[in-house]
Amino acid sequence: MSIQNVRENKLVAAILLVPAAGWLVIFFTLPLAIVWIYSFGERGPQGQTLLALSLDNYKRAVEWIHLGIFLKSLWIAAVSTAICFLMGFPLAMGIAFAPARYKNILMLLVILPFWTNLLIRTYAWIAVLRTRGFLNFGLEWVHAKLDAVFSFIGLPGVMGTFKPLALLYNIPAVIIGLVYVALPFLVLPIYATLEKLDRSYLEASLDLGAGQWRTLFSITMPLAFPGIVSGLLLVFILSLGTYLTPILLGGTDSMMIGNLIAQEFSSARDWPFGSAISFLLLYVTFIVLWLRAVVASRSKGVGY
Amino acid sequence: MKRLLSSTMTRRKFLKGATAFGVGMTFAPQLVWGAEEKKLNLYNWDTYIGENTVSNFEKKFGMKVQYDLFANNEELFAKLKEGNPGYDVIWPTDYTVESLTILKKLMPLDHSKLPNMKNIDPDPNFSNPPFNPGLKYGVPYMWGTIGVGYRKSKVNKPPTSWKVLFDSDEYSGRIALLADMRSVIGITLKYLGYKMNSVVPEEIAQARDLLIKQKKHIKSFAEDNGQDLLLSGECDLVMEWNGDIHQVMAEDKDLAYIVPNEGTQVWMDNVCIPVGAPHPDNAHTFINYILDAKVNADIANFIHYGTANIAAKKYIVKEDLANPAIYPPADIVAKSESLVDVGNNARLYDEAWVAIQAG
Repeated sequence: MSIQNVRENKLVAAILLVPAAGWLVIFFTLPLAIVWIYSFGERGPQGQTLLALSLDNYKRAVEWIHLGIFLKSLWIAAVSTAICFLMGFPLAMGIAFAPARYKNILMLLVILPFWTNLLIRTYAWIAVLRTRGFLNFGLEWVHAKLDAVFSFIGLPGVMGTFKPLALLYNIPAVIIGLVYVALPFLVLPIYATLEKLDRSYLEASLDLGAGQWRTLFSITMPLAFPGIVSGLLLVFILSLGTYLTPILLGGTDSMMIGNLIAQEFSSARDWPFGSAISFLLLYVTFIVLWLRAVVASRSKGVGY
Repeated sequence: MKRLLSSTMTRRKFLKGATAFGVGMTFAPQLVWGAEEKKLNLYNWDTYIGENTVSNFEKKFGMKVQYDLFANNEELFAKLKEGNPGYDVIWPTDYTVESLTILKKLMPLDHSKLPNMKNIDPDPNFSNPPFNPGLKYGVPYMWGTIGVGYRKSKVNKPPTSWKVLFDSDEYSGRIALLADMRSVIGITLKYLGYKMNSVVPEEIAQARDLLIKQKKHIKSFAEDNGQDLLLSGECDLVMEWNGDIHQVMAEDKDLAYIVPNEGTQVWMDNVCIPVGAPHPDNAHTFINYILDAKVNADIANFIHYGTANIAAKKYIVKEDLANPAIYPPADIVAKSESLVDVGNNARLYDEAWVAIQAG
């Protein structure tokens, strides 16, 4: 049976849709609806979830202190996304324009980290960044060698003693972790659009006298725009709701919105309030996705 | 709260994940006439029972035991507040016993079926705890403390006051606190001279402000890994559960554990029967079994926690009895408190904690 036949035969199409649709309703829509109902409830004295019809949780969620955590999360997610783009776009271009025989290997290298558990990969960063971690060991080694060189040319003590850098348990460490986790999510959609891009446009641009940079900014990037937007949004949404990275790599000032939600669902035993914050996060995500849809419909770039 | 003996951090996290899956299954409660079927469903912390306790019990009473694990009280509480999925015996910690009792999720114990209750330490902390008066809803199991794990070669003198963690720049950047709302604020309240379960907003605010001021000297609020920060040399003093420090002390002789003089939070786990347990008679048989002095000592000697069973003490290994990470000095324990359920005032703690984290 061809695809065409499936399209014509409504019954077959409906049957084929049942498993996935059922899955979405039972495991996504229903739980989400329950959380939505909870968000109007109130916390019982022992942490029970009492159903009610109040907006108190939402009012509390937009109190300055919670809003502050929201803004900090938005900021961290935005910085991570920007860094991802600066690293990921050139990488995607490199792969897309690489000789065909290397493409698969390069793609494999991008996807490879997914084969390992996120937790293990994040712990690996702890081993790299901590005071007695690999990075500080490396710096100490370089420091010692430079010190020896300076001593040799008659300048002993110029380098001072080595002080390990505090690389872990702060917001930069969280950003490093987020960039590391999210980078493939940016590379894949951009690569997909660049791959489909009609190379004759680029050749025309270069033939007509535009330089490499001009071609990049005026031709390649606009044509790849939908992929770029998808990648940016994917990374941004992923970073915004993160829970694990700030816990493992963050310090005393790294609580993000995901951690606040977890706190409300666990030790505070305030599921209604946690539900309200979750929904605020969801609304932000929806707005971002809606913006993407608007941008995509206006853009004339390569669809994929 | 967690207490595990497995040696590496990743393994612990894996177990936690595995636990979440493992307990996903439910048992169909069966209606039985007369004698119960020979089955029992236990729901316990990971690595928190003797090596052969369950298999010996199965052999002795001809029962089939289903053994499931939870990772923290919140997981246990969340599961039971929606109705008992089929557990017969559970191990909640102090204030969770109280919450579950108020919500009528625990079955009163039939003391006549528990003759071994005579072995429980008569000290009122064990025989009549505030969260479980008269041991009506559970019997004490193991207990412990929160204290300071430290690296002996890196401190000027043993930290005999909580001041070094809460109110001093002496070890700036080399200290970590727990990421536990009630414990951190509660012990700070104790340091300030208040009750650990205070519900006075001004007192909680004072503790909050002290911690916000101290934040620049704190490296991390350790979720689950204070002992690893200590072991790896990232921090030299960490606030931690005694069991976690005991575990790394075995790996590094330069590490020690002390409970500061102001006193601390004492935790105690309890063995309870949830309402709706399919085999309540078997559950009583099991609870009486683990209250036996020898059986109880075998458990304590394997998991290295302090037992609340006074008759078992004579079978406990000498090193454990002398180890302050297991049995801290009695006068300091006397100054300590355990957490109670603060009801709606939990909001005060939640808001203070978020302020500390966000500040």
